[in-house]
Amino acid sequence: MNSTYLDIIREGLWTNNPGLVQLLGLCPLLAISGNVINALGLGIATIVTLVVSNSLVSLLREHVRPEIRIPVYVLIIASAVTAIELVMNAWFHGLFLVLGIFIPLIVTNCAIIGRAEAFASRNSVPRAALDGLAMGVGFTGVLVAIGALREVIGQGSLLDNAHLLFGEWGRELRIEIFPQEHGFLLALLPPGAFLAMGLLIAVKNLIDARLEAKPIPSGAPESQPATSHT
Amino acid sequence: MRFRTCTSPHLIPGHSVGGVMRQVLYALVPGTLAMTWFFGWGVLVNVSLAILFSVLFEALMVAARGRPVLATLGDSSAILAGWLFALAIPPLAPVWVLLIGTAFAIVVAKHLYGGLGYNPFNPAMVGYVVVLVSFPRELSLWPSPEGLTNASLTFLQTLQTTLTGRLPDGMEWDAITRASPLDMMRESIVSGQTVTEVTQSPLFGSFSQTEWEWAGNLFLLGGLWLLYRRVITWHIPVSMLLTLATVAGIFWVMDPDYFASPAFHVFSGAAIIGAFFIATDPVSAATTPKGRILFGAGIGLLTYVIRTWGGYPDAVAFAVLLMNMVAPTLDHYTRPRIFGHSRDRHG
Repeated sequence: MNSTYLDIIREGLWTNNPGLVQLLGLCPLLAISGNVINALGLGIATIVTLVVSNSLVSLLREHVRPEIRIPVYVLIIASAVTAIELVMNAWFHGLFLVLGIFIPLIVTNCAIIGRAEAFASRNSVPRAALDGLAMGVGFTGVLVAIGALREVIGQGSLLDNAHLLFGEWGRELRIEIFPQEHGFLLALLPPGAFLAMGLLIAVKNLIDARLEAKPIPSGAPESQPATSHT
Repeated sequence: MRFRTCTSPHLIPGHSVGGVMRQVLYALVPGTLAMTWFFGWGVLVNVSLAILFSVLFEALMVAARGRPVLATLGDSSAILAGWLFALAIPPLAPVWVLLIGTAFAIVVAKHLYGGLGYNPFNPAMVGYVVVLVSFPRELSLWPSPEGLTNASLTFLQTLQTTLTGRLPDGMEWDAITRASPLDMMRESIVSGQTVTEVTQSPLFGSFSQTEWEWAGNLFLLGGLWLLYRRVITWHIPVSMLLTLATVAGIFWVMDPDYFASPAFHVFSGAAIIGAFFIATDPVSAATTPKGRILFGAGIGLLTYVIRTWGGYPDAVAFAVLLMNMVAPTLDHYTRPRIFGHSRDRHG
Protein backbone atom coordinates (compact mmCIF):
# COMPACT_ATOMS: atom_id res chain seq x y z
CA MET A 1 0.00 0.00 0.00
CA ASN A 2 2.26 2.73 -1.22
CA SER A 3 -0.23 5.34 -2.25
CA THR A 4 0.94 8.88 -2.83
CA TYR A 5 -0.32 11.77 -0.73
CA LEU A 6 -2.43 12.87 -3.67
CA ASP A 7 -4.04 9.44 -3.83
CA ILE A 8 -4.84 9.60 -0.13
CA ILE A 9 -6.55 12.96 -0.58
CA ARG A 10 -8.47 11.79 -3.64
CA GLU A 11 -9.60 8.61 -1.86
CA GLY A 12 -10.98 10.52 1.11
CA LEU A 13 -12.67 13.25 -0.82
CA TRP A 14 -14.10 11.32 -3.72
CA THR A 15 -13.29 7.75 -4.78
CA ASN A 16 -13.63 6.21 -1.32
CA ASN A 17 -15.70 8.90 0.38
CA PRO A 18 -16.92 7.59 3.75
CA GLY A 19 -20.41 9.02 3.28
CA LEU A 20 -21.07 8.32 -0.40
CA VAL A 21 -19.01 5.21 -1.16
CA GLN A 22 -18.21 3.37 2.06
CA LEU A 23 -21.60 4.36 3.49
CA LEU A 24 -20.11 4.46 6.98
CA GLY A 25 -21.25 6.63 9.86
CA LEU A 26 -24.73 6.97 8.42
CA CYS A 27 -26.36 7.38 11.83
CA PRO A 28 -24.96 10.86 12.57
CA LEU A 29 -24.94 11.64 8.86
CA LEU A 30 -28.68 11.22 8.60
CA ALA A 31 -29.67 12.42 12.07
CA ILE A 32 -27.69 15.65 12.27
CA SER A 33 -27.99 16.89 8.70
CA GLY A 34 -31.18 18.91 9.31
CA ASN A 35 -29.35 22.19 8.75
CA VAL A 36 -25.93 23.43 7.68
CA ILE A 37 -24.63 24.57 11.06
CA ASN A 38 -25.40 21.33 12.89
CA ALA A 39 -23.83 19.44 10.01
CA LEU A 40 -20.74 21.63 10.01
CA GLY A 41 -20.37 21.37 13.80
CA LEU A 42 -20.52 17.61 13.83
CA GLY A 43 -18.36 17.43 10.72
CA ILE A 44 -15.56 19.46 12.31
CA ALA A 45 -15.73 17.34 15.47
CA THR A 46 -15.44 14.24 13.29
CA ILE A 47 -12.45 15.66 11.36
CA VAL A 48 -10.57 16.39 14.59
CA THR A 49 -11.38 12.94 15.97
CA LEU A 50 -10.24 11.24 12.77
CA VAL A 51 -6.93 13.11 12.61
CA VAL A 52 -6.14 12.52 16.30
CA SER A 53 -7.21 8.88 16.36
CA ASN A 54 -5.50 8.02 13.06
CA SER A 55 -2.23 9.63 14.21
CA LEU A 56 -2.27 7.88 17.59
CA VAL A 57 -3.17 4.51 16.12
CA SER A 58 -0.40 4.87 13.57
CA LEU A 59 2.06 5.90 16.28
CA LEU A 60 1.24 2.87 18.39
CA ARG A 61 0.95 0.40 15.53
CA GLU A 62 4.32 -1.27 16.23
CA HIS A 63 3.59 -1.70 19.94
CA VAL A 64 0.05 -3.02 20.02
CA ARG A 65 -0.40 -6.77 19.85
CA PRO A 66 -2.85 -7.67 17.07
CA GLU A 67 -5.05 -9.67 19.47
CA ILE A 68 -6.04 -6.62 21.45
CA ARG A 69 -5.84 -3.97 18.74
CA ILE A 70 -9.59 -3.27 18.51
CA PRO A 71 -10.04 -2.45 22.24
CA VAL A 72 -6.95 -0.25 22.04
CA TYR A 73 -8.37 1.62 19.03
CA VAL A 74 -11.67 2.08 20.82
CA LEU A 75 -9.85 3.49 23.87
CA ILE A 76 -7.90 5.92 21.71
CA ILE A 77 -10.99 7.07 19.83
CA ALA A 78 -13.02 7.39 23.02
CA SER A 79 -10.29 9.52 24.64
CA ALA A 80 -10.18 11.81 21.62
CA VAL A 81 -13.95 12.15 21.53
CA THR A 82 -14.14 12.85 25.27
CA ALA A 83 -11.62 15.64 24.88
CA ILE A 84 -13.54 17.11 21.95
CA GLU A 85 -16.78 16.87 23.88
CA LEU A 86 -15.25 18.87 26.74
CA VAL A 87 -13.88 21.46 24.32
CA MET A 88 -17.25 21.88 22.62
CA ASN A 89 -19.04 22.08 25.94
CA ALA A 90 -16.72 24.89 26.95
CA TRP A 91 -16.52 26.98 23.79
CA PHE A 92 -19.57 26.07 21.69
CA HIS A 93 -22.07 25.41 24.44
CA GLY A 94 -25.16 26.19 22.32
CA LEU A 95 -24.05 23.86 19.56
CA PHE A 96 -23.08 21.27 22.16
CA LEU A 97 -26.66 21.31 23.48
CA VAL A 98 -28.14 21.05 19.97
CA LEU A 99 -25.95 18.13 18.91
CA GLY A 100 -26.52 16.36 22.22
CA ILE A 101 -25.86 12.63 22.23
CA PHE A 102 -24.36 12.70 18.72
CA ILE A 103 -21.04 14.08 19.97
CA PRO A 104 -20.29 11.17 22.33
CA LEU A 105 -21.68 8.86 19.64
CA ILE A 106 -18.78 9.82 17.36
CA VAL A 107 -16.98 7.02 19.23
CA THR A 108 -19.20 4.50 17.53
CA ASN A 109 -18.88 6.08 14.06
CA CYS A 110 -17.71 3.14 11.95
CA ALA A 111 -15.87 5.46 9.59
CA ILE A 112 -13.37 6.23 12.37
CA ILE A 113 -12.62 2.72 13.58
CA GLY A 114 -12.73 1.63 9.94
CA ARG A 115 -9.91 4.03 9.05
CA ALA A 116 -7.96 3.05 12.17
CA GLU A 117 -8.11 -0.62 11.24
CA ALA A 118 -7.81 -0.35 7.46
CA PHE A 119 -5.35 2.49 7.04
CA ALA A 120 -3.76 3.96 10.17
CA SER A 121 -2.59 0.62 11.58
CA ARG A 122 -0.57 -0.02 8.40
CA ASN A 123 0.82 3.39 7.52
CA SER A 124 3.22 5.98 8.83
CA VAL A 125 2.02 8.84 11.02
CA PRO A 126 1.97 11.61 8.38
CA ARG A 127 0.09 9.42 5.94
CA ALA A 128 -2.39 8.31 8.60
CA ALA A 129 -2.99 11.90 9.73
CA LEU A 130 -3.52 13.03 6.14
CA ASP A 131 -5.89 10.13 5.57
CA GLY A 132 -7.84 11.14 8.67
CA LEU A 133 -8.03 14.71 7.43
CA ALA A 134 -9.11 13.72 3.91
CA MET A 135 -11.71 11.24 5.13
CA GLY A 136 -12.98 13.74 7.68
CA VAL A 137 -13.28 16.50 5.10
CA GLY A 138 -15.00 14.10 2.70
CA PHE A 139 -17.46 13.10 5.42
CA THR A 140 -18.06 16.73 6.40
CA GLY A 141 -18.61 17.69 2.77
CA VAL A 142 -21.38 15.13 2.41
CA LEU A 143 -22.84 16.13 5.77
CA VAL A 144 -22.91 19.82 4.85
CA ALA A 145 -24.28 19.14 1.36
CA ILE A 146 -27.17 17.12 2.77
CA GLY A 147 -27.66 19.71 5.51
CA ALA A 148 -27.83 22.56 2.98
CA LEU A 149 -30.26 20.65 0.76
CA ARG A 150 -32.56 19.82 3.67
CA GLU A 151 -32.38 23.27 5.20
CA VAL A 152 -33.19 25.08 1.96
CA ILE A 153 -36.06 22.81 1.00
CA GLY A 154 -37.38 22.29 4.51
CA GLN A 155 -37.26 25.72 6.04
CA GLY A 156 -36.20 28.03 3.24
CA SER A 157 -33.01 29.31 4.85
CA LEU A 158 -29.28 28.69 4.87
CA LEU A 159 -26.85 28.96 7.80
CA ASP A 160 -29.65 29.36 10.33
CA ASN A 161 -28.30 29.47 13.93
CA ALA A 162 -24.82 30.27 12.67
CA HIS A 163 -24.14 32.13 15.95
CA LEU A 164 -23.86 28.74 17.67
CA LEU A 165 -20.66 28.11 15.74
CA PHE A 166 -19.26 31.54 14.91
CA GLY A 167 -20.39 33.69 17.82
CA GLU A 168 -22.84 36.58 17.81
CA TRP A 169 -21.86 38.00 14.42
CA GLY A 170 -22.97 34.66 12.94
CA ARG A 171 -26.60 35.80 13.15
CA GLU A 172 -25.86 38.04 10.16
CA LEU A 173 -24.99 35.01 8.05
CA ARG A 174 -28.53 33.66 7.92
CA ILE A 175 -29.84 33.73 4.34
CA GLU A 176 -33.59 33.53 3.93
CA ILE A 177 -34.69 32.14 0.60
CA PHE A 178 -38.43 31.91 1.29
CA PRO A 179 -40.59 32.23 4.45
CA GLN A 180 -40.34 29.28 6.79
CA GLU A 181 -44.05 28.41 6.82
CA HIS A 182 -43.86 27.46 3.13
CA GLY A 183 -41.16 24.90 3.79
CA PHE A 184 -41.42 21.33 2.59
CA LEU A 185 -41.62 19.60 5.95
CA LEU A 186 -40.64 16.19 4.59
CA ALA A 187 -37.09 17.41 3.99
CA LEU A 188 -36.60 18.08 7.71
CA LEU A 189 -38.07 14.73 8.74
CA PRO A 190 -35.94 11.54 8.73
CA PRO A 191 -37.22 10.37 5.30
CA GLY A 192 -35.85 13.61 3.84
CA ALA A 193 -32.38 12.64 5.04
CA PHE A 194 -32.56 9.28 3.29
CA LEU A 195 -33.93 10.82 0.11
CA ALA A 196 -31.23 13.52 0.05
CA MET A 197 -28.55 10.89 0.70
CA GLY A 198 -29.86 8.69 -2.11
CA LEU A 199 -29.93 11.62 -4.52
CA LEU A 200 -26.36 12.62 -3.65
CA ILE A 201 -25.11 9.06 -4.21
CA ALA A 202 -26.96 9.01 -7.53
CA VAL A 203 -25.34 12.29 -8.56
CA LYS A 204 -21.89 10.98 -7.61
CA ASN A 205 -22.42 7.79 -9.59
CA LEU A 206 -23.65 9.82 -12.53
CA ILE A 207 -20.53 12.02 -12.49
CA ASP A 208 -18.32 8.92 -12.23
CA ALA A 209 -20.11 7.30 -15.14
CA ARG A 210 -19.70 10.45 -17.24
CA LEU A 211 -16.00 10.65 -16.38
CA GLU A 212 -15.47 7.01 -17.22
CA ALA A 213 -17.21 7.37 -20.55
CA LYS A 214 -14.66 10.00 -21.60
CA PRO A 215 -11.51 8.64 -23.25
CA ILE A 216 -8.74 8.47 -20.66
CA PRO A 217 -5.60 10.33 -21.76
CA SER A 218 -2.65 7.96 -22.00
CA GLY A 219 -0.34 7.79 -19.02
CA ALA A 220 -2.97 8.87 -16.51
CA PRO A 221 -2.62 6.97 -13.22
CA GLU A 222 -5.23 4.31 -12.69
CA SER A 223 -7.03 4.95 -9.45
CA GLN A 224 -7.23 2.03 -7.09
CA PRO A 225 -10.55 0.26 -6.86
CA ALA A 226 -12.50 1.50 -3.84
CA THR A 227 -12.58 -1.04 -1.06
CA SER A 228 -15.19 -0.82 1.65
CA HIS A 229 -14.66 -1.69 5.27
CA THR A 230 -17.14 -2.16 8.03
CA MET B 1 -48.22 -5.39 -22.53
CA ARG B 2 -49.57 -8.39 -24.40
CA PHE B 3 -47.49 -11.48 -25.02
CA ARG B 4 -48.76 -12.81 -28.30
CA THR B 5 -47.61 -16.28 -29.18
CA CYS B 6 -48.01 -17.01 -32.83
CA THR B 7 -47.58 -20.71 -33.39
CA SER B 8 -49.97 -23.35 -32.03
CA PRO B 9 -53.57 -22.43 -31.29
CA HIS B 10 -52.92 -20.77 -27.93
CA LEU B 11 -55.69 -18.94 -26.20
CA ILE B 12 -54.92 -15.23 -26.05
CA PRO B 13 -55.48 -14.05 -22.48
CA GLY B 14 -58.14 -11.38 -22.14
CA HIS B 15 -56.19 -9.41 -19.56
CA SER B 16 -53.47 -7.03 -20.64
CA VAL B 17 -51.95 -4.55 -18.20
CA GLY B 18 -53.71 -1.65 -19.90
CA GLY B 19 -57.00 -3.57 -19.96
CA VAL B 20 -56.84 -4.30 -16.24
CA MET B 21 -55.93 -0.73 -15.38
CA ARG B 22 -58.76 0.64 -17.51
CA GLN B 23 -61.31 -1.61 -15.82
CA VAL B 24 -60.15 -0.26 -12.46
CA LEU B 25 -60.58 3.25 -13.86
CA TYR B 26 -64.18 2.48 -14.93
CA ALA B 27 -64.87 1.07 -11.48
CA LEU B 28 -63.72 4.32 -9.88
CA VAL B 29 -66.27 6.39 -11.81
CA PRO B 30 -69.39 5.94 -9.61
CA GLY B 31 -67.55 6.71 -6.36
CA THR B 32 -65.83 9.71 -7.94
CA LEU B 33 -69.16 11.05 -9.17
CA ALA B 34 -70.60 10.62 -5.67
CA MET B 35 -67.70 12.56 -4.20
CA THR B 36 -68.19 15.29 -6.83
CA TRP B 37 -71.89 15.46 -5.92
CA PHE B 38 -71.10 15.99 -2.24
CA PHE B 39 -67.82 17.89 -2.29
CA GLY B 40 -68.25 19.95 -5.43
CA TRP B 41 -66.28 20.50 -8.63
CA GLY B 42 -63.02 20.35 -6.71
CA VAL B 43 -62.98 16.56 -6.94
CA LEU B 44 -63.18 16.61 -10.73
CA VAL B 45 -60.66 19.45 -10.99
CA ASN B 46 -58.23 17.51 -8.80
CA VAL B 47 -58.72 14.25 -10.67
CA SER B 48 -58.16 15.94 -14.05
CA LEU B 49 -55.11 17.90 -12.94
CA ALA B 50 -53.59 14.94 -11.09
CA ILE B 51 -54.03 12.71 -14.15
CA LEU B 52 -52.50 15.40 -16.35
CA PHE B 53 -49.47 15.78 -14.06
CA SER B 54 -49.03 12.03 -13.61
CA VAL B 55 -49.05 11.40 -17.32
CA LEU B 56 -46.59 14.25 -17.89
CA PHE B 57 -44.21 12.94 -15.22
CA GLU B 58 -44.59 9.41 -16.56
CA ALA B 59 -43.78 10.59 -20.08
CA LEU B 60 -40.76 12.55 -18.84
CA MET B 61 -39.41 9.65 -16.81
CA VAL B 62 -40.02 7.06 -19.52
CA ALA B 63 -38.30 9.30 -22.06
CA ALA B 64 -35.39 9.90 -19.68
CA ARG B 65 -35.01 6.16 -19.22
CA GLY B 66 -34.98 5.62 -22.97
CA ARG B 67 -38.12 3.51 -23.12
CA PRO B 68 -40.92 3.79 -25.70
CA VAL B 69 -43.11 6.60 -24.37
CA LEU B 70 -46.41 5.96 -26.09
CA ALA B 71 -46.40 2.21 -25.46
CA THR B 72 -45.78 2.77 -21.76
CA LEU B 73 -48.41 5.47 -21.43
CA GLY B 74 -50.84 3.05 -23.08
CA ASP B 75 -50.93 0.88 -19.96
CA SER B 76 -52.89 3.65 -18.15
CA SER B 77 -51.13 2.96 -14.86
CA ALA B 78 -50.10 6.61 -14.49
CA ILE B 79 -53.71 7.69 -14.96
CA LEU B 80 -54.79 5.30 -12.21
CA ALA B 81 -52.10 6.49 -9.80
CA GLY B 82 -53.03 10.13 -10.44
CA TRP B 83 -56.71 9.43 -10.01
CA LEU B 84 -56.31 7.54 -6.72
CA PHE B 85 -54.01 10.26 -5.41
CA ALA B 86 -56.55 12.95 -6.33
CA LEU B 87 -59.33 11.13 -4.47
CA ALA B 88 -57.19 10.99 -1.32
CA ILE B 89 -56.53 14.71 -1.01
CA PRO B 90 -59.07 17.43 -0.13
CA PRO B 91 -61.03 18.72 -3.14
CA LEU B 92 -59.88 22.33 -2.78
CA ALA B 93 -56.18 21.56 -2.25
CA PRO B 94 -53.89 24.01 -4.05
CA VAL B 95 -52.29 22.97 -7.31
CA TRP B 96 -48.75 22.64 -5.93
CA VAL B 97 -49.94 19.91 -3.56
CA LEU B 98 -51.08 17.99 -6.64
CA LEU B 99 -47.81 18.68 -8.40
CA ILE B 100 -45.57 17.55 -5.52
CA GLY B 101 -47.74 14.55 -4.71
CA THR B 102 -47.85 13.24 -8.27
CA ALA B 103 -44.12 13.92 -8.67
CA PHE B 104 -43.33 11.75 -5.67
CA ALA B 105 -45.84 9.12 -6.77
CA ILE B 106 -44.58 8.78 -10.33
CA VAL B 107 -40.94 9.89 -10.25
CA VAL B 108 -39.78 8.65 -6.84
CA ALA B 109 -42.10 5.80 -5.89
CA LYS B 110 -42.49 4.34 -9.38
CA HIS B 111 -39.67 5.15 -11.78
CA LEU B 112 -36.72 5.41 -9.41
CA TYR B 113 -37.56 1.86 -8.37
CA GLY B 114 -37.67 0.64 -11.96
CA GLY B 115 -41.12 1.52 -13.25
CA LEU B 116 -44.37 -0.40 -13.36
CA GLY B 117 -43.99 -3.87 -11.92
CA TYR B 118 -40.91 -3.06 -9.85
CA ASN B 119 -42.26 -0.54 -7.37
CA PRO B 120 -42.36 -2.01 -3.86
CA PHE B 121 -44.73 0.71 -2.65
CA ASN B 122 -48.09 1.84 -3.92
CA PRO B 123 -47.20 5.03 -5.87
CA ALA B 124 -50.46 6.90 -5.20
CA MET B 125 -50.15 6.30 -1.47
CA VAL B 126 -46.50 7.37 -1.38
CA GLY B 127 -47.54 10.64 -3.04
CA TYR B 128 -50.38 11.07 -0.57
CA VAL B 129 -48.29 10.33 2.52
CA VAL B 130 -45.56 12.73 1.36
CA VAL B 131 -47.99 15.63 1.06
CA LEU B 132 -49.87 14.56 4.21
CA VAL B 133 -46.80 14.72 6.45
CA SER B 134 -45.38 17.78 4.68
CA PHE B 135 -48.44 20.03 4.42
CA PRO B 136 -50.71 19.17 7.35
CA ARG B 137 -52.75 22.38 7.06
CA GLU B 138 -53.65 22.10 3.38
CA LEU B 139 -54.46 18.43 3.76
CA SER B 140 -56.97 18.93 6.58
CA LEU B 141 -59.36 21.31 4.80
CA TRP B 142 -62.21 19.05 3.67
CA PRO B 143 -65.19 21.04 2.40
CA SER B 144 -68.56 20.21 3.89
CA PRO B 145 -71.59 19.67 1.65
CA GLU B 146 -73.76 22.26 3.50
CA GLY B 147 -70.99 24.81 3.43
CA LEU B 148 -70.70 24.32 -0.30
CA THR B 149 -74.47 24.57 -0.82
CA ASN B 150 -74.54 27.93 0.92
CA ALA B 151 -71.48 29.21 -0.86
CA SER B 152 -71.97 27.34 -4.15
CA LEU B 153 -68.56 27.49 -5.75
CA THR B 154 -68.91 27.38 -9.50
CA PHE B 155 -66.62 25.30 -11.64
CA LEU B 156 -64.51 28.31 -12.58
CA GLN B 157 -64.26 29.51 -8.98
CA THR B 158 -63.16 26.04 -7.95
CA LEU B 159 -60.52 25.97 -10.64
CA GLN B 160 -59.34 29.40 -9.54
CA THR B 161 -59.17 28.28 -5.90
CA THR B 162 -57.11 25.25 -6.85
CA LEU B 163 -54.72 27.24 -9.01
CA THR B 164 -54.19 30.21 -6.67
CA GLY B 165 -54.73 28.52 -3.31
CA ARG B 166 -57.08 31.36 -2.30
CA LEU B 167 -60.85 31.24 -1.99
CA PRO B 168 -62.92 33.75 -4.05
CA ASP B 169 -63.69 37.04 -2.27
CA GLY B 170 -66.18 36.84 0.55
CA MET B 171 -65.58 33.19 1.39
CA GLU B 172 -63.80 31.80 4.40
CA TRP B 173 -62.21 28.38 4.78
CA ASP B 174 -63.91 28.01 8.15
CA ALA B 175 -67.33 28.49 6.59
CA ILE B 176 -67.06 25.86 3.90
CA THR B 177 -64.94 23.18 5.59
CA ARG B 178 -65.52 20.93 8.55
CA ALA B 179 -63.85 17.98 10.20
CA SER B 180 -64.15 14.66 8.42
CA PRO B 181 -65.90 11.95 10.47
CA LEU B 182 -62.66 10.40 11.67
CA ASP B 183 -61.30 13.82 12.67
CA MET B 184 -64.53 14.67 14.42
CA MET B 185 -64.64 11.41 16.34
CA ARG B 186 -61.04 11.85 17.40
CA GLU B 187 -61.43 15.44 18.59
CA SER B 188 -64.69 14.78 20.39
CA ILE B 189 -63.41 11.76 22.25
CA VAL B 190 -60.29 13.64 23.30
CA SER B 191 -62.48 16.47 24.59
CA GLY B 192 -64.51 14.02 26.70
CA GLN B 193 -67.63 13.35 24.62
CA THR B 194 -68.89 9.83 24.13
CA VAL B 195 -69.15 8.08 20.78
CA THR B 196 -72.97 8.15 20.92
CA GLU B 197 -72.98 11.90 21.37
CA VAL B 198 -70.88 12.27 18.24
CA THR B 199 -72.89 9.91 16.06
CA GLN B 200 -76.18 11.50 17.12
CA SER B 201 -75.16 14.81 15.60
CA PRO B 202 -77.36 15.66 12.59
CA LEU B 203 -74.37 15.33 10.28
CA PHE B 204 -74.26 11.60 10.75
CA GLY B 205 -76.27 9.11 8.72
CA SER B 206 -76.61 5.54 9.86
CA PHE B 207 -72.91 4.84 10.46
CA SER B 208 -70.83 7.85 9.57
CA GLN B 209 -71.26 11.27 7.96
CA THR B 210 -73.81 10.90 5.15
CA GLU B 211 -71.56 11.95 2.28
CA TRP B 212 -68.78 9.57 3.29
CA GLU B 213 -71.23 6.71 3.54
CA TRP B 214 -72.52 7.37 0.05
CA ALA B 215 -69.07 7.70 -1.44
CA GLY B 216 -68.19 4.46 0.35
CA ASN B 217 -71.27 2.68 -1.01
CA LEU B 218 -70.49 3.65 -4.58
CA PHE B 219 -66.82 2.71 -4.28
CA LEU B 220 -68.08 -0.60 -2.88
CA LEU B 221 -70.22 -0.98 -5.99
CA GLY B 222 -67.19 -0.37 -8.22
CA GLY B 223 -65.16 -2.80 -6.12
CA LEU B 224 -67.79 -5.52 -6.43
CA TRP B 225 -67.79 -5.04 -10.20
CA LEU B 226 -64.00 -5.50 -10.19
CA LEU B 227 -64.47 -8.72 -8.23
CA TYR B 228 -67.12 -9.86 -10.71
CA ARG B 229 -64.79 -9.07 -13.60
CA ARG B 230 -62.03 -10.97 -11.78
CA VAL B 231 -59.68 -8.01 -11.96
CA ILE B 232 -59.10 -8.44 -8.22
CA THR B 233 -59.60 -11.45 -5.97
CA TRP B 234 -61.72 -11.43 -2.83
CA HIS B 235 -58.84 -12.15 -0.41
CA ILE B 236 -57.47 -8.67 0.30
CA PRO B 237 -60.71 -6.63 0.51
CA VAL B 238 -62.56 -9.24 2.56
CA SER B 239 -59.74 -9.92 5.00
CA MET B 240 -58.96 -6.21 5.37
CA LEU B 241 -62.54 -5.09 6.09
CA LEU B 242 -63.23 -8.14 8.24
CA THR B 243 -60.15 -7.56 10.37
CA LEU B 244 -60.90 -3.87 10.71
CA ALA B 245 -64.49 -4.65 11.74
CA THR B 246 -63.47 -7.45 14.10
CA VAL B 247 -60.81 -5.48 15.94
CA ALA B 248 -63.09 -2.43 16.08
CA GLY B 249 -65.88 -4.73 17.32
CA ILE B 250 -63.80 -6.15 20.16
CA PHE B 251 -62.92 -2.70 21.48
CA TRP B 252 -66.44 -1.41 20.88
CA VAL B 253 -67.94 -4.20 22.99
CA MET B 254 -65.41 -3.46 25.73
CA ASP B 255 -66.23 0.25 25.89
CA PRO B 256 -68.85 1.57 23.43
CA ASP B 257 -68.53 5.10 24.82
CA TYR B 258 -64.87 5.43 23.98
CA PHE B 259 -64.38 3.25 20.90
CA ALA B 260 -66.41 3.83 17.73
CA SER B 261 -68.48 1.03 16.23
CA PRO B 262 -67.11 -1.34 13.56
CA ALA B 263 -69.59 0.06 11.02
CA PHE B 264 -68.27 3.57 11.65
CA HIS B 265 -64.72 2.41 10.98
CA VAL B 266 -65.64 0.56 7.80
CA PHE B 267 -67.71 3.41 6.36
CA SER B 268 -65.44 6.32 7.30
CA GLY B 269 -62.37 7.63 5.58
CA ALA B 270 -60.61 5.51 3.04
CA ALA B 271 -61.46 2.02 4.33
CA ILE B 272 -63.63 0.89 1.41
CA ILE B 273 -61.79 2.55 -1.44
CA GLY B 274 -58.58 1.34 0.24
CA ALA B 275 -59.78 -2.23 0.50
CA PHE B 276 -60.90 -2.55 -3.11
CA PHE B 277 -58.72 -0.13 -5.06
CA ILE B 278 -55.55 0.66 -3.14
CA ALA B 279 -54.59 -2.46 -1.21
CA THR B 280 -55.30 -4.65 -4.25
CA ASP B 281 -52.61 -3.00 -6.41
CA PRO B 282 -51.21 -6.06 -8.21
CA VAL B 283 -47.60 -4.82 -8.05
CA SER B 284 -47.12 -3.87 -4.43
CA ALA B 285 -49.53 -6.31 -2.74
CA ALA B 286 -48.86 -9.93 -1.78
CA THR B 287 -49.61 -12.41 -4.56
CA THR B 288 -50.24 -15.82 -3.02
CA PRO B 289 -53.79 -16.53 -1.72
CA LYS B 290 -52.72 -17.00 1.91
CA GLY B 291 -50.31 -14.11 1.62
CA ARG B 292 -53.12 -11.89 0.38
CA ILE B 293 -55.29 -12.80 3.34
CA LEU B 294 -52.48 -11.95 5.77
CA PHE B 295 -51.69 -8.79 3.81
CA GLY B 296 -55.30 -7.60 4.01
CA ALA B 297 -55.57 -8.53 7.68
CA GLY B 298 -52.39 -6.60 8.43
CA ILE B 299 -53.76 -3.50 6.73
CA GLY B 300 -57.05 -3.77 8.62
CA LEU B 301 -55.29 -4.16 11.97
CA LEU B 302 -52.78 -1.36 11.36
CA THR B 303 -55.54 0.94 10.10
CA TYR B 304 -57.44 0.46 13.36
CA VAL B 305 -54.37 0.84 15.55
CA ILE B 306 -53.16 4.03 13.85
CA ARG B 307 -56.66 5.53 13.67
CA THR B 308 -57.28 4.90 17.34
CA TRP B 309 -53.92 5.50 18.97
CA GLY B 310 -51.80 7.12 16.26
CA GLY B 311 -51.18 10.71 15.29
CA TYR B 312 -53.35 10.92 12.17
CA PRO B 313 -57.12 10.56 11.82
CA ASP B 314 -57.03 8.17 8.88
CA ALA B 315 -54.48 5.47 8.43
CA VAL B 316 -55.26 3.41 5.36
CA ALA B 317 -52.36 4.94 3.42
CA PHE B 318 -49.85 4.30 6.20
CA ALA B 319 -51.17 0.78 6.74
CA VAL B 320 -50.92 -0.02 3.03
CA LEU B 321 -47.34 1.27 2.83
CA LEU B 322 -46.28 -0.63 5.95
CA MET B 323 -47.77 -3.84 4.64
CA ASN B 324 -46.18 -3.24 1.20
CA MET B 325 -42.87 -3.61 3.01
CA VAL B 326 -43.69 -7.10 4.28
CA ALA B 327 -45.47 -8.29 1.14
CA PRO B 328 -42.37 -10.06 -0.31
CA THR B 329 -41.82 -11.85 3.01
CA LEU B 330 -45.46 -12.92 3.15
CA ASP B 331 -45.17 -14.27 -0.39
CA HIS B 332 -42.03 -16.17 0.52
CA TYR B 333 -43.60 -17.97 3.48
CA THR B 334 -46.99 -18.66 1.95
CA ARG B 335 -45.99 -20.24 -1.33
CA PRO B 336 -48.66 -22.69 -2.39
CA ARG B 337 -47.62 -26.33 -2.61
CA ILE B 338 -46.71 -27.32 -6.12
CA PHE B 339 -48.60 -30.40 -7.26
CA GLY B 340 -46.45 -33.48 -6.76
CA HIS B 341 -44.14 -31.86 -4.20
CA SER B 342 -44.27 -32.47 -0.48
CA ARG B 343 -45.67 -29.68 1.68
CA ASP B 344 -42.83 -28.96 4.05
CA ARG B 345 -40.14 -28.05 1.54
CA HIS B 346 -39.68 -24.43 0.59
CA GLY B 347 -38.45 -23.66 -2.88
